[in-house]
Amino acid sequence: MILCVCVLQPPPARYGGRHTVTLIPGDGIGPELANHVRELFRFCCVPVDFEVVNVDSTMASEDDINNAIMAIRRNGVALKGNIETNHNLPPSYKSRNNLLRTTLDLYANVMHCQSLPGVRTRHRNIDIMIIRENTEGEYSSLEHENVPGVVECLKIITRTKSLRIADYAFRMAREKGRRQVTAVHKANIMKLGDGLFLECCKEVASGYPEINFDSMIVDNTTMQLVSRPQQFDVMVMPNLYGNVVSNVCAGLVGGPGLVPGANYGEDYAVFETGTRNTGKSIANRNTANPTAMLLASCLLLDHLKLHAYASMIRRAILTTVTETRLHTADLGGQGSTSEVVQSIMNAVQSTGPRTLSI
Amino acid sequence: IDRDMQTVTLIPGDGIGPEISAAVMKIFEAAKAPIRWEERNVTAIKGPGGRWMIPPDAKESMDRSKIGLKGPLKTPIAAGHPSMNLLLRKTFDLYANVRPCVSIEGYKTPYTDVNLVTIRENTEGEYSGIEHVIVDGVVQSIKLITEEASRRIAEYAFEYARNNQRNSVTAVHKANIMRMSDGLFLRKCREVAENYKDIKFTEMYLDTVCLNMVQDPTQFDVLVMPNLYGDILSDLCAGLIGGLGVTPSGNIGANGVAIFESVHGTAPDIAGMDLANPTALLLSAVMMLRHMGLHDHGNKIQAACFDTIRDKKVLTKDLGGNSKCSEFTDEICRRVKDLE
Repeated sequence: MILCVCVLQPPPARYGGRHTVTLIPGDGIGPELANHVRELFRFCCVPVDFEVVNVDSTMASEDDINNAIMAIRRNGVALKGNIETNHNLPPSYKSRNNLLRTTLDLYANVMHCQSLPGVRTRHRNIDIMIIRENTEGEYSSLEHENVPGVVECLKIITRTKSLRIADYAFRMAREKGRRQVTAVHKANIMKLGDGLFLECCKEVASGYPEINFDSMIVDNTTMQLVSRPQQFDVMVMPNLYGNVVSNVCAGLVGGPGLVPGANYGEDYAVFETGTRNTGKSIANRNTANPTAMLLASCLLLDHLKLHAYASMIRRAILTTVTETRLHTADLGGQGSTSEVVQSIMNAVQSTGPRTLSI
Repeated sequence: IDRDMQTVTLIPGDGIGPEISAAVMKIFEAAKAPIRWEERNVTAIKGPGGRWMIPPDAKESMDRSKIGLKGPLKTPIAAGHPSMNLLLRKTFDLYANVRPCVSIEGYKTPYTDVNLVTIRENTEGEYSGIEHVIVDGVVQSIKLITEEASRRIAEYAFEYARNNQRNSVTAVHKANIMRMSDGLFLRKCREVAENYKDIKFTEMYLDTVCLNMVQDPTQFDVLVMPNLYGDILSDLCAGLIGGLGVTPSGNIGANGVAIFESVHGTAPDIAGMDLANPTALLLSAVMMLRHMGLHDHGNKIQAACFDTIRDKKVLTKDLGGNSKCSEFTDEICRRVKDLE
């Protein structure tokens, strides 16, 4: 029996038509990018107020992340930077990002990778939507050491969650008029786990006869992605393969600085950069590419049904990205973050809506 | 018996296996490589006690020669026995899968200057085959990481780097999420790195490797990782240089056994039609020669193969030409003789 998943409604705007959105700056380049989002929104007079919640990743206590989760429950929607995980700490210290995703049951991670004009890459005409199960699979954080030197890590696949993510993928494909959904798996080896996932995808596919459904083994998928990525349309997969495929696709269209990501649950939505990098090594140098975070903020605006603002800002961002002389270091240029943001604001201003004077 | 001749167990395999094996033998003869081939079949038989095993004469040959060259084996469906590759892996404890990925000049892909090696732990990890249905609709797959296997693969990786003049080894992991399992793997790599101070050791998250690999593969040298990541990354890297038809592969086992193989399929649709491309098996055979210390012969054969591909005059269909397998083979033989 397929769960009936209702269309996610954005929280109603209160207090004079303004929305309150939780903002978690995170670590590395997170804080500076969050500031640029606020700057841009202020400039464009976007009716969004940010409730900033800082999460200190050096603290052992989970109070900070719990506060952030509570704030997201309150506001319904959030924009977030990546929170660093020190993987040398013992297993009792869990990844804050993962805690957030699983506690709020943000079950669908959606990343749309498109070739952008003006960004030079080896492959052209890529347009892939990646739908990744975001709460179970290999990220269940269930590990134990049976005897010293022998560790088991459990990958959990459930019928409920597999059906849910498959349904999300097919609904999204139908909504956006996409032709093909490809399930990525390793069911030849993980016969029960990935076998169940694949079975659920097939079950859901039968309810969408206008959409082609096929499946591909994950290692072949990566090989195909680097030789002919144009063959893919919508891809749906469990958590870890989603991690691999989304990073490969982001690399193919120009890198981590360009692609936004969205995490959707039944009741909440959290927006961030697609590949979730902290960017520690380039923090506070004014060299980070703000495109991914700013495009994520546009996804946020669309979610809040502020489509006019979203389109306006997105148009300005895409105009700026084609301007090669402004490319940041990750795209092979020498532009600074603030130059890019300034150029976006100029582009917005030149299209004529009411904005704050620069 | 020529004392300099070394015996190699040859497993031609199925589909196009026999014809590409014949091609390799012909080229080796042209290069006067001191190899004596012992052909064996590895189709599983039921041993005493009902357990599936490889035929005893195949096992005996491998145990004696220690070196094997294998073509593609067909995956059995409803044959009752497990995959032959799995059986070989278990029989000889083939714990390391090694794939050098080097861009082939003359076979253009969007990626040039790729020169890296993936070393994949091949006995445990996510492919332990331990799965359970907990309750209806809930499945648990177990990823197994042990200290012993992690130490062994790390040691092999650093030894390989040292013996092949590679500069750095990168451990690929996801210890931010899988703290205990990948954490153990990482710890073992770090420990082994202490004994190889001449080799640079770095660690990188799997997603970062994927992200960077498709943007700039030249930044990578030797990569060592657990089973699943290795499976994905080694195929990703094969894709960068042109696919499984041109990628060599070697499997290193305990007790000095090493089996080199082509990793493409049996291609039943073109089997027996003299259309196959023997490059993958040939490059695996070159890897084998280097493993055996026969570098001169290895270099000569590789040069002849790459020269043929670069020249573009005699190429099999998958490489963009319309020559037969035998014509491609003869061309390489001719060049090998010229290089004398």
